[in-house]
Amino acid sequence: MDVLRAREVPLTSEYDIARARQMVRAWALEISLGLVDQTKIVTAASELARNTVVHGGGGAMFLELISSEQRKGLRLTFKDNGPGIPDIQVAMEDGYTTGGGLGLGLSGAKRLVNEFVIKSAEGEGTEVILIKWKLVTHD
Amino acid sequence: MKRQKNLVATMIIEHEGELLIDWLEERSRRNTNLMFNSGLFNKEEFERQASDLLKIFTKGLKEDTVLDIATDEWAEMRDYLSELSNDKAAKGYSATETAIFVFTLKKPLFKLLSREIQAHPEQLTNDVWEITALIDQLGLYITERFIKNREEIIARQQDEMLELSTPVVKLWEGILVLPLIGTLDSTRTQIVLESLLEKIAATGSNIAIIDITGVSVIDTLVAQYLLKAVTAARLMGAECIISGISPQIAQTMVQLGVRFTDVSTKANLSDAFAEALKRSGVVVTKRQESF
Ligand SMILES: Nc1ncnc2c1ncn2[C@@H]1O[C@H](COP(=O)(O)OP(=O)(O)OP(=O)(O)O)[C@@H](O)[C@H]1O
Ligand SMILES: [Mg+2]
Repeated sequence: MDVLRAREVPLTSEYDIARARQMVRAWALEISLGLVDQTKIVTAASELARNTVVHGGGGAMFLELISSEQRKGLRLTFKDNGPGIPDIQVAMEDGYTTGGGLGLGLSGAKRLVNEFVIKSAEGEGTEVILIKWKLVTHD
Repeated sequence: MKRQKNLVATMIIEHEGELLIDWLEERSRRNTNLMFNSGLFNKEEFERQASDLLKIFTKGLKEDTVLDIATDEWAEMRDYLSELSNDKAAKGYSATETAIFVFTLKKPLFKLLSREIQAHPEQLTNDVWEITALIDQLGLYITERFIKNREEIIARQQDEMLELSTPVVKLWEGILVLPLIGTLDSTRTQIVLESLLEKIAATGSNIAIIDITGVSVIDTLVAQYLLKAVTAARLMGAECIISGISPQIAQTMVQLGVRFTDVSTKANLSDAFAEALKRSGVVVTKRQESF
């Protein structure tokens, strides 16, 4: 897998979340992601960016344009040094929330992307990686 | 060591004409293409402002003045620079172009002082350095003011937009519509939905259409706000209809797991309006033209 381009977006405020969404939208357009997939990856990014700010106490998003076997995609890595998630399995359940949310951010985002990896431990921060591939259509 | 500020001030006053010519020349040399092309540079205006600045500058240079523009002695200078930066910002100058005005005084002043220093070496050696450091302070101050000014404008526009973006409109007796547009951050969503509830109370409406055609992303936070608004409206006796959910947002919401259960949704605003009229018992018919 090659990284064609990379960019770091700090995430500390509500404003940063909006900016992260805009950047993901712009890069998604660049690889000509369809409107539905664009909306999915932007929405997933919005969820993870907000978790980073709200639950993780701030961090950053690493945005990468990747390519592999002639397909292109976006890889988004969200990282924070916050409290971490004690039980990932529980946190990934639909409806689980500690902050009065809908509890659908993590589980929903996972369904919106092609690849989803979460690494977290209590006291060690959280890292979530999302990948959305552009489907190659053969004609 | 006692500084000879009076001497520097006297020199500036004595050679003001020469200083202004050199300053203008330096300023023109540093003119950006942009300014030349836009015809923004105005010689008369420059001369007036340069001469005003020199007057206030020499006034500040007293025998025992502290060369720190944050002190009381430089209040007049600070006011003048603030005004000047507002003026430049209003006329469309960039921050750099604004700062250059002050910084280009450095070279001519340095030239003048190093020439005059021959006659008064003992008094002036120290001052030359300090005066150029003072000009740096002035340049930084005017830049700071310029940016502050821009920030104030942006903050004001943001506030105005927040207000503008809450247009709850009465479509019919008892029917309100709230068209949501753009990015819904938590602050904006809260303000928008609060104003909907207020309007429901004020008009006694029993149907509220929330149209999200102009919204590009519905994430869990926005969805939660919408659901809360629907619940609150219901407590006030009004039913909500959510319209304008685009196909891509519908698909995304399904995967996200967000469900607008027991809220009626319509593809577009006009369908929602028709539904609202029907519920209100209003029948719309085309007039039959009789020939
Ligand atoms: N970066 C993080 N750092 C620490 N805890 C986290 C982080 N991300 C998620 N969590 C924990 O996992 C829970 C579930 O997250 P999820 O995003 O699914 O729901 P939520 O943020 O509570 O609500 P919403 O549906 O609005 O996203 C959170 O309530 C929080 O306790
Ligand atoms: Mg969340």
